[in-house]
Amino acid sequence: MRLRTIGLLAATALAATAWTATANAQNKGLENPRSTTFHGTLEGKKVVFLPLSMGFDLTEGWAARMRQQAERLNYDFEIRDPAWSTDAGTRALQSLITEKPDLIVAHNPDIQSYARLLAQAQAKGIKVVQINLESNTQTDSYVGADWTEIGEQAATAVVDRCGEGKGSSTKVAIDTGVPTAASDVFQLDGIYRVLDKHPEIEVVSQQATEYNPEKARSIMETVLQQHPDLCGAIGIWDNQDTGTASAIQQAGKGDQVFLVTSGGGNQVGCENVSNGLFNLYISYNVPLQGDILNAEIARLLLSDAGAGESKTLFFNPLTQITKDNVNQRNCWTLDDLK
Amino acid sequence: MSTTNANPANAPRVSGLFKSQEGIVLILAFVAFVAFSLLLPSFFSAGNLLTLVRSVSILGILALGMAIVVIGRGIDVSMIATMVVSVSWAFVLARSGYSLEVSLVIGALFALCAGVAIGILVAFGEVPPIFATLAAGSVIYGLGRTFFFQLEMQNVPPGHEWFSLFGQARILGIPITVVTFGVLCILIHFLLSRTRFGWQVYAMGNNPEAARITGVPSRPMILAQYAVSAFVAYGAGLILASSASAINARLFNSTMIYDILLVVVLGGIGLNGGHGKVRNVVLGTIFVGILLNGMTILNIDYTIQNLVKGVVLLLAIVIDSLVNPRDEQTSQQGDL
Repeated sequence: MRLRTIGLLAATALAATAWTATANAQNKGLENPRSTTFHGTLEGKKVVFLPLSMGFDLTEGWAARMRQQAERLNYDFEIRDPAWSTDAGTRALQSLITEKPDLIVAHNPDIQSYARLLAQAQAKGIKVVQINLESNTQTDSYVGADWTEIGEQAATAVVDRCGEGKGSSTKVAIDTGVPTAASDVFQLDGIYRVLDKHPEIEVVSQQATEYNPEKARSIMETVLQQHPDLCGAIGIWDNQDTGTASAIQQAGKGDQVFLVTSGGGNQVGCENVSNGLFNLYISYNVPLQGDILNAEIARLLLSDAGAGESKTLFFNPLTQITKDNVNQRNCWTLDDLK
Repeated sequence: MSTTNANPANAPRVSGLFKSQEGIVLILAFVAFVAFSLLLPSFFSAGNLLTLVRSVSILGILALGMAIVVIGRGIDVSMIATMVVSVSWAFVLARSGYSLEVSLVIGALFALCAGVAIGILVAFGEVPPIFATLAAGSVIYGLGRTFFFQLEMQNVPPGHEWFSLFGQARILGIPITVVTFGVLCILIHFLLSRTRFGWQVYAMGNNPEAARITGVPSRPMILAQYAVSAFVAYGAGLILASSASAINARLFNSTMIYDILLVVVLGGIGLNGGHGKVRNVVLGTIFVGILLNGMTILNIDYTIQNLVKGVVLLLAIVIDSLVNPRDEQTSQQGDL
């Protein structure tokens, strides 16, 4: 009985000491002035995202990431959706120049259209970050894929499979998207940088699909009729290349034709890797791009430098996804990001 | 209307054929076919010819739906919107837990509702069809993007082998897409030439007022026409999705609707309504198919392909207006 009382007392005393100790530790906390400025400075700023169009994996993914940061740091985040119309995009950009937000995130439909307007926006003091598709004007920052690098990786993979004596032939087909987009022009440059070193590789078809899977399918079907021994195919975007892949599967040439494509690493694209439609999927990882984009937005909004004073860019790393590494880390769904 | 010349004698009929746009396109198609067969070693092979027809049969199916509306003096530029939204929605529903079958029925009902709604706008609201369908297209697409699906790209829901069969399988070596186009051609030919519905469509296209006075139920007929075209669009969308393993709602922003009109007009169905047959659609479809296939084999650049398509359409229209000069009657009917 006495023993028990002593034990109880001891325990109480111990708990009391521990409590006082923590309370003291709390009191010794230091206010971090940088934290206060970090959160305070960004409050009330305005960031506007001008995508090609909302409604597809890439833009929805970035927007979800940017919205999260805007909520955390209390700045305004708006989207102006031109729904694939370069005209509407140009008008949106013009009106943004008069509205003067603090920062514009621009996704270019091609390398020319927005180039002068982006320079104008910077001259007016609006900071500009370009995302994934560049224009001819270099602005405060560019975050996104290096299309030349994607082209080189894709071509290298195809050369490895279809070089002299390796595949069914040395014939390769290329499916492009829209001929004026940065993704097309720079990627083709990358592809041909590699292919020019391998004159044995014969490009038997190079056709634009307008990002339409059905058009990609019928082009690939025709190409396979003409060249039943086709060895490799390079597609410019996973969204269209489901069509390319289904033409290859339907011709019963899934094992013969090596298909390389690229995309943002959405689960839909990954599904096509695991069911064998895509042999190699070069992913530019949208969640990662979104995080880098957020870091750039915060950096530019905090910086005292004026718009266009220092120009940087960051080509984000690429992931080559094959059947062996389709996993949670490499593939994402929109719900994961939200 | 020189093709349906009432003269039973054979000679004028043949010369009449070559004076019509249909005849001109037939000659152009034949010339292109012979030229490609001689120039491209692998063009004239059974495999390639099937590929050729298959690549345009979805376009052909859509053009059949469009033809019915155009013959009845309407136009439906909302077909692509109806097609992508109803099919994408069906896929989204299937992924969210409904069975694919139920989802497909819901998609079909949505397409029908869209068609009927457009019909009501045109028949009861008396909005000109081009404006009604142009606006309806944006509304349907907007509805879809806002409420039904977030991503434009929808893969076919996994685990339904039968669904991919239906766009990818072959019957006696002929792709089902082509078979469907053929069967639909026969059905619609029968519908237009052997049923009261068909005759009334022609009557309405020739002279809407006269048709109404003589007792054609114009308004229900207009509703029916747009419902049929919407339903055909849905069917075409299913085949498209099944054969490409996915559907991209972005087709709404593409030039596909103009390609459908190209097929209809090129084949010789006048946009002022009242004439044209299923064989015009078949002709237009095959001609476009020959051009596209030949140019793909020749590996011609994208911009040049568009240029060629445009020039051919212009050529057909110019030759048509040279061979069939405007008279008082045709100019009164007006053009779209």
